[in-house]
Amino acid sequence: MSALPREIKAADGCFHCGLPVPANSHWAVEIDGLARSMCCPGCEAVAQAIVQNGMTDYYRNRTDFAVTAEQGAALPAQLRLYDQSTSNDVSRNPDGMLEATLSVDGLRCAACVWLIERRLGQLPGVVAANMNVATGRLFVRWDPAQCKLSGILGAMREIGYPAYPFDPARHEAQLRRSGKTLGRQLFIAGLSMMQVMMYAVPAYLATDGTLEADMAALMQWASLLLTLPVVVYSAQPFFRGAWAALRQRALTMDVPVALGIGAAFIASVAATLRGSGEVYYDSVTMFIFLLLCSRLLELTARRRAAHALERLQHGLPDAAQRLPAYPASRDTVTVAAGDLEPGDVILVRPGEPVAADAVLLEGQTSIDVSLLTGESAPQQKVAGDAIPGGAVNAGQAALLQVSRRAGASTLASLVRMAESAGQGKPALSQWADRVAAWFVAGLLLLAAAVFLFWQWHDAARAWSVAIAVLVVSCPCALSLATPSALAAATDSLLRRGVLILRPHVLETLHRATHVVFDKTGTLTVGKPVVRDVGLYGGVEREACLDIAAALEACSAHPLAQALTSAAGGHRLCASDLMQFPGQGVAGSIDGIPYRLGRADFVAQLSGRFLAPADMPGVSAVWLGREGSLLARFDLADGLRDDAHDVVERFRKAGKQVILLSGDQQAMAQEVAQKLGIAEALGNQLPEQKLAYVQRLQREGAVVAMVGDGINDCAVLGAADVSFAMGSGAALAQSHADAVLLTGKLEALADAAESADAAMAVVRQNLAWAMVYNMIAIPAAAAGLITPWMSGIGMSVSSMLVIANALRLRGGRKGS
Amino acid sequence: MDALYLLVPLSIVIVFAAIWVFFRMSDSGQFDDMVGPALRVLQDDDKGEG
Repeated sequence: MSALPREIKAADGCFHCGLPVPANSHWAVEIDGLARSMCCPGCEAVAQAIVQNGMTDYYRNRTDFAVTAEQGAALPAQLRLYDQSTSNDVSRNPDGMLEATLSVDGLRCAACVWLIERRLGQLPGVVAANMNVATGRLFVRWDPAQCKLSGILGAMREIGYPAYPFDPARHEAQLRRSGKTLGRQLFIAGLSMMQVMMYAVPAYLATDGTLEADMAALMQWASLLLTLPVVVYSAQPFFRGAWAALRQRALTMDVPVALGIGAAFIASVAATLRGSGEVYYDSVTMFIFLLLCSRLLELTARRRAAHALERLQHGLPDAAQRLPAYPASRDTVTVAAGDLEPGDVILVRPGEPVAADAVLLEGQTSIDVSLLTGESAPQQKVAGDAIPGGAVNAGQAALLQVSRRAGASTLASLVRMAESAGQGKPALSQWADRVAAWFVAGLLLLAAAVFLFWQWHDAARAWSVAIAVLVVSCPCALSLATPSALAAATDSLLRRGVLILRPHVLETLHRATHVVFDKTGTLTVGKPVVRDVGLYGGVEREACLDIAAALEACSAHPLAQALTSAAGGHRLCASDLMQFPGQGVAGSIDGIPYRLGRADFVAQLSGRFLAPADMPGVSAVWLGREGSLLARFDLADGLRDDAHDVVERFRKAGKQVILLSGDQQAMAQEVAQKLGIAEALGNQLPEQKLAYVQRLQREGAVVAMVGDGINDCAVLGAADVSFAMGSGAALAQSHADAVLLTGKLEALADAAESADAAMAVVRQNLAWAMVYNMIAIPAAAAGLITPWMSGIGMSVSSMLVIANALRLRGGRKGS
Repeated sequence: MDALYLLVPLSIVIVFAAIWVFFRMSDSGQFDDMVGPALRVLQDDDKGEG
């Protein structure tokens, strides 16, 4: 087997994840007799584990690249915490086996599922491993005597899938149950609909005398029997909705739907019992089936949103160092982040993330909140300052007092919000509901009037004509028009990485006249990249970068990461590493001592001092060894690749693009110029941003705001519609209406286009429902509509509406 | 045409039987994952691993 039959095109990229391989890198794994190059040590380790465990088949069967493997993702000490987990993540079987449901990240295709199940199957002690592709949940059962949960999680990370214990009782159990019920209701309605239609067709086609009376009666009875479970079981959601609305003295769309179903069914039963009159069994079953289809669409969208949010939560750290006896003793114990209680004192070392929202107890430190806010410069914090969970300690070791449980963080409330977002009604739906109320009232009056007229004109037909008016008026299409379109659009957007948290996003974005961008972290990457390297000694650029990367090997500081990624990873090894907080790092490579950091710090070793050139927004990091200065690295925030396109797309769509930044005017101007933004305002404090947006709004603008930070919260909340970048553990998203999960700006432009398309579909749907009703209702009132005509009219108009909405789902799949 | 007097009731029985079967399968979790099982049977361990 030397050829990979269904090999996906790796081009020059990493064989494992498909990303470009940095120049001069040397990571490779032999797969199927060929050395395959890898982009990073993480991917190399994962590929190695896969091959060593005899699962090369994964590479033959996959249909998509894997997610980039994280370096050092497997931290055994932290994983071991899960073994003592006290929560209800793990349950014990009567036979002594343990069971858990894990939520798995990074699933790309079916081969991943095979790989996971196969790898776990090889672990001694694992009895069952069952991966659900649709929900991303892994069910495992194991023998605690032979293996531990940490071993299972470790094996998962080894092959590149971070997994997290997950409490199925807590999350989305509700959604799953309702999904199951809805599936059953839909099945019964669909099956009955098909069968009832078969009985109905002969009656429609029969000319006088061709259908025996006995046969007609038999078919009616058969239809009645099949419609009964549909009305009693499948139609429950509509009857409940109508009842709830009536109790609140409101007329919603559920009311005419329930009324239509009830009236048509009772009239049909009466006709069947009497042996004469019209029956509407086929209309009733189809009615219910089509309406349930739209509900299923909505539920799917909501479940996907809940999953996406849950994945966001994994950004928070798993473990923390607790000081149980503070202040008497400073001994630490490692505990799971989930077990932290308010009041606990934790130690956060330099480079470590903070596990929960906390307050700084003593001393001072600088905190890097770039994961949360995108501001690339670390912020100085002194005792008493609040520090959000997920922020990284960039200064010195700090003692923090936990103020909120990790589970009660802003993120937890986000999950609840996304779950309710699907239930909340967008203004457009509310408008449709108000129209519906009038429509329903008018319809009921009309039906009564028609009944009275026919009572006087031709009493025998009065009842059947009134029913025909109710059935043909098709509240069905009207009640499907907005929700089906919005659900389809929401779902397709999620697949492209836009998570909608509040229901009004699509319609407001469609109306937006101004798009306001924050700069740092939104239009720019939000973390520094190496922009320029100045050379002073006789050492080449590449070699300088390698040295710098080796010296920064242990640092989580954003500047360090910029240097590491510019060097393409670590190739040299440094010893005697010493961190000097606020100044830099010292260490030796091959016996030669080096220093990396501030100019004066490096000058102490190199003896040569160059006054740092002062450029706004650029941090200079110097590298030197004894007697000579080697290099200066200019690090600055880099533009996002897709920023230019996105700005261009908004401008073409006729929206005003504005840049509001807290940074200096010169830098804001520079970015604006590069991207072709006409209006750029720098030096804006949060209050000024807020005032600016409010002034725009007073002038009649509808403002869409794109930001990424806690400092943007006020303005995000004030804007008509707001988007937060979803990179990292984004706690700042609670004030935004939607989150760009992939961290790609492109998704925003996609969202705007989807919003336009969705609104167009909603308008078409409403227009169609109106036109249809304007023709059908008078015809029914005039007594021209027979049951088969109403059945066809109702179903065609509803299916047209649903099919139109489904066009929105066909967006291209996000990567 | 007389056959219909037998076939129509039979069709009802079949529909109810289908509903019963569907409920049982749904309870046993057959529809929880519609993607995975179909692909799982196609994959195998490395042959003649060395």
